[in-house]
Amino acid sequence: MSTRRNFLTMPNLPRRRFLRGLAAGGVLMGLSPWLKPEWAHAADTATGSAPVLTGTEFDLTIAETPVNFTGTPRMATTINGSIPGPVLRWRQGDTVTLRVTNRLAVDTSIHWHGILLPFQMDGVPGISFPGIRPGETFTYRFRVVQSGTYWYHSHSGMQEQTGMYGAVIIDPPGKDPIHADREYVVQLSDWTDEHPMRVLSKLKMQSDYYNFNQPTTAEFFRDVSQDGVSAALAKRRMWNQMRMNPTDLADISAYSYTYLMNGVTPAGNWTGLFRPGEKVRLRFINSGAMTFFDVRIPGLKMTVVQADGQNVDPVTVDEIRLGVAETYDVIVTPKDDAYTIFAQSMDRTGHALGTLAVRAGMTAAVPAMDKPEPLTMGDMMGDMGGGTGGMDHSAAQGRASAAGGGTPGAAAHGGMAMDHSQHAIGGGMAMGAGTVRVRHAKSEYGPSVDMRVDTPRTNLDDPGIGLRNNGRRVLTYAELHTIGGPLDKRKAEREIELHLTGNMERYSWSFDGLEFGRSTPVHFRHGEQLRVILVNDTMMTHPMHMHGMWSELESPDGRFQVRKHTINVQPAQRVSFLVTADALGRWAWHCHLLLHMDAGMFREIVVA
Amino acid sequence: MMNSKYIFIAAATVFWMSSAWAQEPATPAMPEMDHSQMDHSDVQGRTSVAEDRMSGATKMGHGPVSESTPQVDHDMGSMDHGSMQGGSPPPDARDPHAYSGGYTLPPDRPLRMADEHNFGSLMIDRLERVRTRDNSSTVYDLQAWYGRTYDRVVLKAEGDVDDGKLQDAHTQMLWGHAISAYWDTQLGVRHDSGEEPSRTWLAFGVQGLAPYWFEMDITGYVGEHGRTALSIEAEYELLLTQKLILQPRVEANFFGKRDAERETGSGLSDLAAGVRLRYEIRRELAPYIGIERSSKFGGTADFVRAEGKQAKETRVVAGLRFWF
Repeated sequence: MSTRRNFLTMPNLPRRRFLRGLAAGGVLMGLSPWLKPEWAHAADTATGSAPVLTGTEFDLTIAETPVNFTGTPRMATTINGSIPGPVLRWRQGDTVTLRVTNRLAVDTSIHWHGILLPFQMDGVPGISFPGIRPGETFTYRFRVVQSGTYWYHSHSGMQEQTGMYGAVIIDPPGKDPIHADREYVVQLSDWTDEHPMRVLSKLKMQSDYYNFNQPTTAEFFRDVSQDGVSAALAKRRMWNQMRMNPTDLADISAYSYTYLMNGVTPAGNWTGLFRPGEKVRLRFINSGAMTFFDVRIPGLKMTVVQADGQNVDPVTVDEIRLGVAETYDVIVTPKDDAYTIFAQSMDRTGHALGTLAVRAGMTAAVPAMDKPEPLTMGDMMGDMGGGTGGMDHSAAQGRASAAGGGTPGAAAHGGMAMDHSQHAIGGGMAMGAGTVRVRHAKSEYGPSVDMRVDTPRTNLDDPGIGLRNNGRRVLTYAELHTIGGPLDKRKAEREIELHLTGNMERYSWSFDGLEFGRSTPVHFRHGEQLRVILVNDTMMTHPMHMHGMWSELESPDGRFQVRKHTINVQPAQRVSFLVTADALGRWAWHCHLLLHMDAGMFREIVVA
Repeated sequence: MMNSKYIFIAAATVFWMSSAWAQEPATPAMPEMDHSQMDHSDVQGRTSVAEDRMSGATKMGHGPVSESTPQVDHDMGSMDHGSMQGGSPPPDARDPHAYSGGYTLPPDRPLRMADEHNFGSLMIDRLERVRTRDNSSTVYDLQAWYGRTYDRVVLKAEGDVDDGKLQDAHTQMLWGHAISAYWDTQLGVRHDSGEEPSRTWLAFGVQGLAPYWFEMDITGYVGEHGRTALSIEAEYELLLTQKLILQPRVEANFFGKRDAERETGSGLSDLAAGVRLRYEIRRELAPYIGIERSSKFGGTADFVRAEGKQAKETRVVAGLRFWF
């Protein structure tokens, strides 16, 4: 029913296109005059079964390949001719050599996401290396020092959006402590037939272009009849006064996107087979350019055993939100028949799906999509403490979940003469709840910033917008504990606070109100242990990815929580994590929403 | 009756605008807005944060990083904790470059993100056929821009064509510069052409989005021989559904002096208030219909009546809104 409703309220959604897809998969190898079959033996033309390459030497060729996901042929950027690119299977301790040949007319690059390596091998053009010119072959060579599920993608232009991504699986040197009878990579992504630069240019013109779930007068009058005029007005006052939109959940919706699982449209129904009773390990990777996926398998519990490649204390849940670039490994034990792996987009306009089944061709019921949930006042103001006029009912929810502990933000704000540096280093004072003092940057008081949060929440037990009260057990960061604790037991010597900022109307994104072009690098002293504090002064969740070094997330009371390469920072939330600056060189640090990065939410880190 | 109603609308608009501005960083005093401001270093010089930045920037051997927030007036009230937008930085605000350790981005770096790219757009807001009781004509109103997020060239043009002849056209070429989250200042020239003698003006104004989503465009003009003018446009978009949008629109023009050649009197010259209902086939393409009440006032009304025409008329419009 709710799916039906969604389509009614989003009349522009191209339902036919979304369902049509091509069952055979996206890449039309046979039609490709652009590719010579020099490596074709390594390429499986059907998407959904990306070839697995193992060993220590790899040859990867980047080229344009025609695809058809929607009924309209388009050119994609592929690695060895498939979407996703080949699964690269490495072994921890090996030194791998990857020769990447560029057969495009423009520069390209591959970034090994989450992999610790010398910065020259990191693959960010303009920061770690010059990029790979057309016709050139660049050789990446580095020792693999970690294990787990990771991925790789282009860091050049919009190539990632046009299909250039693949999975990396690194086996530990000995026996994998995680036991499974079989395993599948489940790589989620989003595809648009539009040129990604055109998408960005449209958003520059009208930032809500793809949002067909905006508040309407019809809804207003419905609220009036249900709750009365003043309640209906109050519900909208703050948002309208601030020129913000409570349904601003995703910049690009299914209006343009087709969501893929292992490169296959929902109509194509990617299928993983199992024998009843087997323990199946699913390696979820969100390779979307702009889409948060909420993943569940109705009828199955998922036991999360790994997050961003790092083994965690097992936690069993019904649903996981995958921020862009995050990976989660889960164990499921399917009993019989078939199960749908259902990955709906955070804005609930579409989904990727696939099937776990005992035989090919089976399907299970596809659940209805959830209704999109509007952002709450808490998503705008954080921990509101004393309360604010014009608060709506939904705000209570945000506040309740924010009440995980600590002094209301308002108190922290009340002129407490707390010296920033003191509380950073001084006597092990607990970070987070109760001690929050936000310091906005000077550059946040200008045209690049449309909102600032003075009293952010610090709770990690909030699954995020759209998942708060859905009756399912949803994973939160508060439940993730990396096995073995932090890598470096030192306390932070220094604290760096940066704010995630933006201006929705101008479609500009930044750190501290400064887009990349106006920014200066962040300097980490080589070897130091530092605490990074991110405060989200926007209404969108940003998956923040620091290259080259781990981000070790802290709980609100300052204890080690989980080691990650990508951390979702929710609206009006403050997170802190420790970084050991042990990787000399120049690194990128950015929001992994591709267009946020490109619009300027990007900083360089210099470790020296 | 109608007169006072329109004057009330105009007055309410102005009043409402000024109250809206009270919540925004005040616009810089217009006389200061000269072309020299386009030079970033000059903007820096006026910026309250510039001084302490300067030393750091010099140390880094690199031009001052642009933080081109013009110096703004601002009341202390907006610094209280209820303020989540606008305002100016408190004294203890962080220096966003404090963590740089003297490192800068190489000026010749090959990595350029979209914030350093130019974008552009052409929006034909109204291309409409207008019917009054005894005439029909065609009106156009477009706005184009090219440039970056905070500085861009803006072209605005509007006019009406009757019997294949351009009756009255206003064309403006402006430099748009962002001064706050939702407001741009605009500075440039306007040229009036058409049937009557042409006029050229210096134009200075603000365009942006006021609280509660009112789109505003307010521009003052200074012409030859001490002529002055003011134009105010306000639009609102009411989403009846996701694609059916009702747009009330008010436009008023004021002149400082009587201009007999162009048949305008001084004071409020004309005011149009209407609603248009459009259906967005795509975001970029929307046909619409609408109705508008147009009134001339004062001396301008006298000129119109002297020609035997009505000073007030109701117009039925049908047109197309599209952009690329």
